[in-house]
Amino acid sequence: MTGMLRIGVDVGGTNTDAALLRGTKVLATIKTGTTADVTSGVAAAIRAVLLAAQVSPGDVSGVMIGTTHFLNAVVEGKRLERVGTLRLCGAATRSLPPMIDWPDRLRQLVDGGAALVGGGVNFDGTPIAPLDTAAIRAACRTWRAQGVASVAISAVFAQVDSRMEVQAAAIVAEEIPDVAVSLSHRIGRTGLLARESATILNASLHRLGAETVGAFRAAFAGLGLTCPLYLTQNDGTLMSADFAERHPVFTIASGPTNSMRGAAFLTGLSDAVVVDVGGTTTDVGMLVAGFPRNRSEGAVIGGIPTNFRVPDVFSFGLGGGSLVLSGPPLAIGPASVGFRLPEKALCFGGDTLTATDIAVAAGLVTLGDPSRVRNLDAALVKAALAKMKADLETVIDRMKPSADPVPAILVGGGSVMIDGGLLAGTSVSLRPDHFGSANAIGAAIAQVSGEVDRVVALEGTTREKALEGIVAEARLRAVEAGANPNSLQIAELEETPLSYLPGNAVRIAAKVVGDLAL
Amino acid sequence: MTYWTLTESDIDRIAIGVGILGTGGGGSPYLQMLIAKQLLREGKRIRMIRPADLDPNAQIIGLGGIGAPTVSIEKMEEGFEGVRVLKAIEAHTGRKVDAVLGDEVGGGNGIYPMITAAHLDLPVVDADGMGRAFPEVQMTSFFAYGQASQPAALSDADGNTLVITQAKTPQMLEKLMRTATVAMGCTACMTTAPMTGDFVRRFGIAHTTSQAWTLGDAVIRAREAKTDPIAAILAEAGGTFLMTGKVTDIGRRIDGGFVRGTLTVAGLGADAGRTLVIDIQNEYLVATEGDKRIAMVPDLICIVDSETGRPIGTEEQRYGLRVAILSLPAPALLRTDVALALMGPRAFGYDFDFVPLGQSTEPAPVAAYLAGQAVHSNP
Repeated sequence: MTGMLRIGVDVGGTNTDAALLRGTKVLATIKTGTTADVTSGVAAAIRAVLLAAQVSPGDVSGVMIGTTHFLNAVVEGKRLERVGTLRLCGAATRSLPPMIDWPDRLRQLVDGGAALVGGGVNFDGTPIAPLDTAAIRAACRTWRAQGVASVAISAVFAQVDSRMEVQAAAIVAEEIPDVAVSLSHRIGRTGLLARESATILNASLHRLGAETVGAFRAAFAGLGLTCPLYLTQNDGTLMSADFAERHPVFTIASGPTNSMRGAAFLTGLSDAVVVDVGGTTTDVGMLVAGFPRNRSEGAVIGGIPTNFRVPDVFSFGLGGGSLVLSGPPLAIGPASVGFRLPEKALCFGGDTLTATDIAVAAGLVTLGDPSRVRNLDAALVKAALAKMKADLETVIDRMKPSADPVPAILVGGGSVMIDGGLLAGTSVSLRPDHFGSANAIGAAIAQVSGEVDRVVALEGTTREKALEGIVAEARLRAVEAGANPNSLQIAELEETPLSYLPGNAVRIAAKVVGDLAL
Repeated sequence: MTYWTLTESDIDRIAIGVGILGTGGGGSPYLQMLIAKQLLREGKRIRMIRPADLDPNAQIIGLGGIGAPTVSIEKMEEGFEGVRVLKAIEAHTGRKVDAVLGDEVGGGNGIYPMITAAHLDLPVVDADGMGRAFPEVQMTSFFAYGQASQPAALSDADGNTLVITQAKTPQMLEKLMRTATVAMGCTACMTTAPMTGDFVRRFGIAHTTSQAWTLGDAVIRAREAKTDPIAAILAEAGGTFLMTGKVTDIGRRIDGGFVRGTLTVAGLGADAGRTLVIDIQNEYLVATEGDKRIAMVPDLICIVDSETGRPIGTEEQRYGLRVAILSLPAPALLRTDVALALMGPRAFGYDFDFVPLGQSTEPAPVAAYLAGQAVHSNP
């Protein structure tokens, strides 16, 4: 990526950040307000960052966007499509119908009817039942009559053998013109119910995905950008706009990853604790070998359990807009003025004492009119700074893998409030240049990945061969996703023996990442 | 006859409790919890009965899932496996089954028999054969005190059903069942020989579903009141607090179908400077500090999230988790010589004898039995 011009955009709840990089050099960063339609805010940020760096749109090689747009659609239950659910399972799994653990409101919005039909395989690839094509056609005719145009297909052990899902998709396409089909083997990991839920969510976001990506494309044309568009996904890696259109659910939990990857990039550190202080909350996560450490449980999205891997991030209510109550006892957050900081904070002429005012009074940052906070009690300022630091240190200690000190990287606009040099439990506390735009920079430098998760029977093969095969497949998927084959590295390789069984079977999960070939 | 008729909120509590009693194994109870609640929503009922209230001549069978939890989260139950197993035993013995129970209260099997009971409207006995989770079929108080090795039965999601009419030893029964389970796709429903009401009264570990409910209720109430869930668990179960710490190492390997390994936890806070090593064979088996063994099987070693009280299984252990380690005393029925021969340290390949930690106490039945109706602790 030497010399290539890349733009990263991170759309947050309050701000849209953009960064323009040439290779590994940050040329310009910009912060604008997030707009309700998302697209116009993104376009404004891109226009501003191009202007700031004096770069012509035609010279840009790629734009990478991280957005919470689809997550908001699920959380608010807006603009979701009704979905027909096809489960290829034979007799198995029928005690747990699709969407059984969804919140009622979302189920009512999305449930377009389910058909549990013959199909699926066992963990060793032997069929559970032949694919029941007649039952699939019958279900499709019902859906077609009811105007259901999006179908989610999940087969038992589809990761072991995906062919039945693909065959079923072809039949669905014959029966329902212009149908959108989501296949579970491309969406999630082992664990049928959670993977099926993620597949249904993806199907329900299909129309919104197409519209949103279409709007981005139109905005790009308006800006004179001719380069490819990418979206960042849950694990911080990229997908092409074409792929994102069909897999909007992959963006749904991408939030914290970008700023953690940006922090790693800006400092050159691969193992560190990352502290991202925003307007309302502070997110603390661990970087391990350059990637965020993930939670062991899957992500719960809008109340729906899925098996997406998401970063293990601890969020607490400390941000630039946090209310400061002098007490006693002194309290900072979790209540916040949020995006109304520029009108509410004392330093901006407002009437509310915020954490930002404390930082301005202490001379840590110059914002608004410092004379407005000059009369704050010096003891209060000192105590508030000490409390913010102590609260943060408690959370850092919670996230660290051991008592050994780790480097800390402070990013996000609010990180200027963390004063006093070294944080307890850390070996060094860094606030790199461009710390306020680490999220957008993380998007700009994002890589692409390939992932495989499968249960493998070790009869007639060796563990080493099985691992090799899975990794090779993950590499292939990464290259398909646009990775430069020479830049691939293994980001994750997990091997879990299946308990309570003779006959050695293991579950292997591999993830390979590489730089985007632009 | 007084029954405890379960509500959805009871199932929520039991699901947390059976996770704690799972001592790291037994599989997650999440899916069983969903099935049980769905059946209640459909108007079916799940009634618990105290062992003391059983007719001495009643015919009772134990039901549970056998296989790999990793497979059973992908190829879930069809739902009537237990019904088929029960009918097969009825046909074989020529006698009706009057009630069911779970051989294993720990993990998903702590809820499993309730599914079949709901379908057939049979009562579930508030007792099991382990008071926890164990990896093998013969590791129950029932087998320790003379349950026959046959007949036994298995059924899978496709309806394949097998009756074992003769097994010379419980160990052979375990071997036959495990092998058949692999042929069935690594997940099936099993039952062992029918027992009389009198036998269950004498050799069942009483009120373990009640115990699970009580533990889950303590955790939920502690979360709501923002008090310490660990203290709440200990107060209810009379256990011993071993340590709070952070997982610093997890080594796992597969060996003869069992996950074996060690978990290293470094103490935090008041326990800073201490290190506990936990041996794993599907469940947490032995806790060692330095060269001193401080807790061992069949006493329960339970590991929960130190903040929330959420039980953590051996398969989800990883570097950096913050955990509290507790030991709960094994039921008195498991601390005898005959039981220790099946479920003591030597049964797991150790060359030392069992040293108990804490006094065995029989869990109390939930108050709901006295009222003869459901307890609603949530509005």
